[in-house]
Amino acid sequence: MQFSNGRPLEGAEDMRYRDPWYDALASGWGEGDGPAVPSAPVPAARREGRTGPAGGTAAAEVYLEVQRSAAFQEVRSRYRRFVVPAVAVFLVWYAAYVVTATAAPGFMARPVAGAVNVAMLAGLGQFLSTFLLAWAYARHARLRRDRAALELRWDTQELTRGVRDGVS
Amino acid sequence: MTGNHQTLALLLFSVFVAITLGITTWVSRNRQGSEEEFYAGGRLFSPMENGFAVAGDYVSAASFLGVPGLIALFGYDGVLYVVGFLVAWLVVLFLVAELVRNCGRFTLADVVASRMSERPVRIAAGTSSVTVSVLYLVAQMVGAGSLVALLLGRTGGGARAWTVIGVGALMVIYVSMGGMRATTWIQIVKAALMMGGTVVLTVLVLVRFHGDLDGLLLTAAERSGHGDAFLAPGLKYGGDLTARLDFVSLGLALVLGTAGLPHILSRFYTVPTARAARRSAIWSIGLIGGFYLMAIVLGFGAAAIVGPEALRESNAAGNTAVPLLALDLGGGADSTAGTVLFAVVAAVAFATILAVVAGVTLASSASVAHDLYASLRRRGARRRGEVAVARAAAVGIGVVAIALGLLARDLNVAFLVGLAFAVAASANLPVLLYSLFWRGFTTRGAVWSVYGGLIPALVLVVFSPVVSGSPDSLFPGVDFQLFPLENPGIVSVPLGFLAGWLGTVTSSEPPDEAKHAETEVRSLTGAGAV
Repeated sequence: MQFSNGRPLEGAEDMRYRDPWYDALASGWGEGDGPAVPSAPVPAARREGRTGPAGGTAAAEVYLEVQRSAAFQEVRSRYRRFVVPAVAVFLVWYAAYVVTATAAPGFMARPVAGAVNVAMLAGLGQFLSTFLLAWAYARHARLRRDRAALELRWDTQELTRGVRDGVS
Repeated sequence: MTGNHQTLALLLFSVFVAITLGITTWVSRNRQGSEEEFYAGGRLFSPMENGFAVAGDYVSAASFLGVPGLIALFGYDGVLYVVGFLVAWLVVLFLVAELVRNCGRFTLADVVASRMSERPVRIAAGTSSVTVSVLYLVAQMVGAGSLVALLLGRTGGGARAWTVIGVGALMVIYVSMGGMRATTWIQIVKAALMMGGTVVLTVLVLVRFHGDLDGLLLTAAERSGHGDAFLAPGLKYGGDLTARLDFVSLGLALVLGTAGLPHILSRFYTVPTARAARRSAIWSIGLIGGFYLMAIVLGFGAAAIVGPEALRESNAAGNTAVPLLALDLGGGADSTAGTVLFAVVAAVAFATILAVVAGVTLASSASVAHDLYASLRRRGARRRGEVAVARAAAVGIGVVAIALGLLARDLNVAFLVGLAFAVAASANLPVLLYSLFWRGFTTRGAVWSVYGGLIPALVLVVFSPVVSGSPDSLFPGVDFQLFPLENPGIVSVPLGFLAGWLGTVTSSEPPDEAKHAETEVRSLTGAGAV
C-alpha cells in the first residue's frame, strides 16, 4: 500500500482522497454529493503509545490494543448508538404492522379517504420508513464513521505489519 | 394464447441465453482460476453494479410473477406479504452487509470460523448454507418447469421435464465456466431487463387510469367481487387462528431470513470495501423497493383490467397475471404491441429464473468447496485446487437440483421458499449475529446455534400440514401431521438463538478475548480485510 512509508502519524485528514478504494465508483442512491461535514475528531489509535510486543501472540495483542483505544471505542459506540435504536424501531414497527393486520383486520379496513384505508397507509408507511432509515443510516455512516474507521484501518494494518516484520 | 407471442417469446429466450453465454465466454477468456476470481468475481464491482446484481439475485420468479398474481386474486394480503421482503433489507444493511464484507472472504462460515475452532464450525455453517440453497433451488427449478409450460402453453410433462433439464444445464455452464463474474453480469442484465419491463407496464397501467390511483383501486375492488374487503387484509391469511399465526411466522422468517441467505451474503464479497458493500445494499433497497411498489400497481391493475375470472381460468395461483396484463395493455392477443409485451414479460420471467438459480448454485458450490470439502478432506489426501472442487460441486449440485426438480415437478412446493427463509433465519442468522456482537460466544455455542435452528426447522416441517395430513400436502394419502403451522419460523428462530446461548453458557472453553477483539476491530474498521 502506498502509505507504508513516510506517512504522518496523525492529521491524515486527507486520507479519503488518497485511499485507492475510495474512488466514487458510482454515485450511491441516497448519498448526496455535498461536502462531507467534518465530524468530531476522533483520537488516533496510535496515540496510546505502545511498546513493541514480540512473539506469536503479537498480532492478537495489536487487535486487543486497538479495541481498547479511545478511537475504536468511539467508532463502535457511534455505530451502536445508531443501529440499536434503529433496529428496535423498525422491528417493532413491522411486528406491529403484521400483528395488527392479522389480529385486527377490521381496524385496518377503516377508510381514510376514497379507496385509501388504514391498511394502505400502513403498507406505504413500511416502504417509506424503510427508504428513510436506509438513507439515514448511509448518511450517518458516511459522516460519522467512515473517516475514523479508515484511519483505524490503516493504523491497525501498520501495527500488525510492524509486528509481523519484527519491527516495532 | 395463440402461437405468435409464444414464438416471439421463445426467440427472446434464445437471445437472452445467447447473450448470457456470450458474457460467460467473454469473462472466462482470461481466467486465472483463482479463488478470489471464482467466488468473488475479483472483488472489483462497483456499488451500482452490485446493487443491480443483488436485486437480480433476490427477486425471483415467485416475486416477479407471484406477487402481482397474489395481489390480483387476494388484494391487500399480497401487499402484506411483500412488505416483509423489503423490510428484511434493513437487517442486511444495518447488521450484516458491511461487517460481513470486512470479516469474511467468501462464505458465511468464514465470518464465524475466524473466531472459533475452525473445523466443527465450518462443517455446521457449511451444512446449513447448503441446505438453504438446495431448498431454494428446488423451488426455483419446479417453478421454472411449470412457468415455461404456462407461458408457452405446453403443459405436457415432456416440455416441463426438458425445461427443468435445460435450466439446470445452463446454470451449471454459467457457474462452472464463468464463476462469480459471469453470474454477476447475468444478474445485472436480468435486473435491468426486469426493472425496464416493470416500469413500462406500470406506466401503461397508470396511463390507462389517467394517473388516478384511487380509481384503479376502486375498479379493482369492484371487479374482484369482494368489494372493500379486497383492499383490506384477511382474504388469504385471515382464516382461523392457526392461519393467522402461520402468517406471522412467515413474516418473521422473511424479515430475519434474508440476512442469512448464503447467495445474498456472498454478493457483498464482490465489492472492494465495506463502504461499497453498504452502497450496494442502498442501491438494492432502492431497486427492490421500487420494484415491489410497481408490482403492487401491476397486481391491482391486473385485477381491474383483466379481472379475476380470466386470471383463475389461466392459472389457479394467479401466476399469469403479469403476462395477461401485458397482453391486454398492448391491445389484446391479436395486436402486435400485445404480442411483443407478452413475449418480453415471458422472457424476463425466464431470465429471472436463470439468474436466481445461477446465484444460488454458485453460493452453494462455494459452501461445498470452501467450507465442507476443505474441512472434511482426509488429512494426507491429495489436495486438489479449491476452485476445481467448486466447479465439480456446481455440476453436482446442478445434477441434484435437476433430479429433485424432476421428482417434485407434480408436487406442491410453494412452501419451499418460505422454508428456505425460515432455515436461513433459524440456523444462519443467530450464529452470524452472535459471532459479530457477542464477546463471550464460544465454539460450542456456534455449533449448537446452527444445528439448534436447522434441525427443529426441518423436523417441524416434516410434521407440518405441507408434508402430510391435508389435501394440498406433498403426500396427501398419509397423515403424520403433529405441528399445525406451515412455516416453522416462529418456533425455530427463537430455538436457534436459544441453542446458541445455551451452548455458550454450558461450554467449558473460555471465550477467546483476543479473537473477539480481532473480529470486532476488523468488522468495524476493515483492517486486514481482503
